[in-house]
Amino acid sequence: MPVFKHPQILIASNLTDGEVVFLGPSGWERDHRRARVARKADEATALEDLGKRDISANRVVDVYLADVEIGSDGAPTPLHYREKMRVKGPSVRLDLGKQAGEGAL
Amino acid sequence: MTAVDLRVAQRPNAPMTTYRYDEYDAAFVSERVAEFREQVNRRLSGALTEEEFRPFRLMNGLYLQLHAYMLRVAIPYGTLTARQMRRLADIADKWDKGYGHFTTRQNLQYNWPKLVDTPDILESLAEVEMHAIQTSGNCIRNVTADHFAGVAPDEIEDPRPTAEFLRQWSSLHSEFSFLPRKFKIAVTGAAHDRAAILVHDIGLRIVKNDTGEIGYQVVVGGGLGRSPFIGKVVGDFVPRKDLLAFLEAILRVYNRFGRRDNKYKARVKILVHEKGIDEIRAAVEAEFAAMDRSAFAHDPEEFERIAAFFAPPPYESLPATSVSLRAAKLETPAFANFVDVNVGAHKIPGYAIVTVSLKPIGGVPGDATSEQMRVLADASERFGFGELRVSHEQNIILPHVKQDDLFALWSMLDAAGLATANAGLVSDIISCPGLDYCSLATARSIPIAQAISKRFSDMSRQRRIGKLGVKISGCINACGHHHVGAIGILGLEKKGQESYQITLGGDPTFSASIGEILGPGVTAEQVPDVVEHLVDYYLAEREEGEAFIDTWRRIGHARFKDVLRREGEDGADI
Ligand code: HEM
Ligand code: SF4
Repeated sequence: MPVFKHPQILIASNLTDGEVVFLGPSGWERDHRRARVARKADEATALEDLGKRDISANRVVDVYLADVEIGSDGAPTPLHYREKMRVKGPSVRLDLGKQAGEGAL
Repeated sequence: MTAVDLRVAQRPNAPMTTYRYDEYDAAFVSERVAEFREQVNRRLSGALTEEEFRPFRLMNGLYLQLHAYMLRVAIPYGTLTARQMRRLADIADKWDKGYGHFTTRQNLQYNWPKLVDTPDILESLAEVEMHAIQTSGNCIRNVTADHFAGVAPDEIEDPRPTAEFLRQWSSLHSEFSFLPRKFKIAVTGAAHDRAAILVHDIGLRIVKNDTGEIGYQVVVGGGLGRSPFIGKVVGDFVPRKDLLAFLEAILRVYNRFGRRDNKYKARVKILVHEKGIDEIRAAVEAEFAAMDRSAFAHDPEEFERIAAFFAPPPYESLPATSVSLRAAKLETPAFANFVDVNVGAHKIPGYAIVTVSLKPIGGVPGDATSEQMRVLADASERFGFGELRVSHEQNIILPHVKQDDLFALWSMLDAAGLATANAGLVSDIISCPGLDYCSLATARSIPIAQAISKRFSDMSRQRRIGKLGVKISGCINACGHHHVGAIGILGLEKKGQESYQITLGGDPTFSASIGEILGPGVTAEQVPDVVEHLVDYYLAEREEGEAFIDTWRRIGHARFKDVLRREGEDGADI
């Protein structure tokens, strides 16, 4: 059993437009706050299996689990700066990406 | 005296100095677009898996990045017409987010195209004789050249006919479509290297021998990335008639002996390093002697046909210096600064070469908005025969501006935020996209460039500091050329934080050197302080006429290291 340190969410890129998406309770979401959170290793494996299914179904590409912390509102925020960037958009262009209201935020 | 060639002067201000597709080129590019459209459709319908599709999209310059897809468009040897520049702007507006990123490899990258739109984008590019072929993958990539080609006073010969000759040879070269790794060729025809030929897989330097014959000094095995190397001379004087055969021989040796077992050791630089240049030279010469060279025999007519596309535009005969320019400089100091810093000598009397900086203070190096691209296109038509260049320093060049027109040009550029007078200075920073866009990045690089540029926002201080190349990469792949920066900055991850390693003494020109590491990595916030300390130390130590790199070379790395160590003890925590 892999060591499970942090809750995780499943991140991917949407096939048709490349936008960053997160696996939510019922399908892929463009807002990371709606992502399904795995709190145990077997839940993470289940998320991954769903990811594999949707890779095969040609919905998403580049799917992986990312460590998150859960805020007081219950929403997950990635721990690593790379994924912190991915949930918002370029840090040098605040007018672009999810942070600018493009996509779901 | 007149420099006007009446055969090419029918259309005033029409761009003459670019290669035009012939029927073969046009058919080949449009076939590729149709083929890719089919591949995208098959991907979207699920007939192709991502694994099957990836090589096809990469063959057309389409990557998947951190936030979106990214499309890399080739700008062969950096030359663009106004029409092409306008098309790049239109594509940015229609299918991207209103801007593009000019890179160190004379490409333009769009950061937000949708997969479903890319066939339309490629079709739109093909209409203006552009494409994204061989901007990715293990093939011979876009051939780059001196951005002052054809106009530099120090030039022996315009390198672009050679680059175009090589492009035609290497495009879809079936034997070299699946090399062990990517392969980059750069050409210069001048006494000063502006194409960084010593850090390319093959660097070509046009030279003249004692009898006046033009040939090539051929350098092999340079490169940056994880293991940086300066290229070594494999052929001292290769006559033009042998060039293709000689390059073919090098590529064959590489294709045969290059390592395919380890991606990180697959570049020709590793082969040259492991075998030694003498063994490589012997192998190349043996291959050259044994091969059937007839297939690559130089066709002088074809070379001349290509060279004719790069014939000089219809210059006017003008006095060597412009009276109105002198007056305008006296009247408008900001313009005078621009001329002093961004305008260079031209080989034709009365003309000048203008570098348009894509590095406004605090801006994103290499980015241009679609509006700016249109202004540049207009400016080139009004003042420069409709021709533009992209430099490997991520700037735009207007290569043929009348000195009399410089003031009008400057006013136009200034109104568009394109008149930053910093070419070659400390804020003219090369930076790769880093973690703001790139999926391979280990740290951000653009914000570091912005912070340094803001720290040195006083332009008179920048001019006092003089020529200084600051170059930043967001990971060891070195797309921002940090190894050859007089001050190089490499973004890494250390204990879950962005950390920056600084090197000193890099040089991309004929006196090429790889920078040496200054000490342990520093945080993003500390980088501008470190750069400032280094600059201050240089200013205190420099002798008359020395650039930063000269002072560093004269007094040595250890002294620079020392001064920072002392600063660190003073509490600067460096
Ligand atoms: C999708 C974005 C990019 C990817 C995936 C990428 C990937 C890479 C990789 C893997 C290398 C290392 C090659 C090696 O040494 O084996 C490399 C090198 C390089 N890249 Fe990029 N790069 C990207 C963007 C850029 C950009 C934006 C520029 C220009 C600003 C650039 C210019 C270069 C250059 C000049 C090198 C030099 C190293 C050499 O070949 O000697 N790349 N890139
Ligand atoms: S150096 Fe690294 S971070 Fe920068 S563009 Fe190249 S691969 Fe990306």
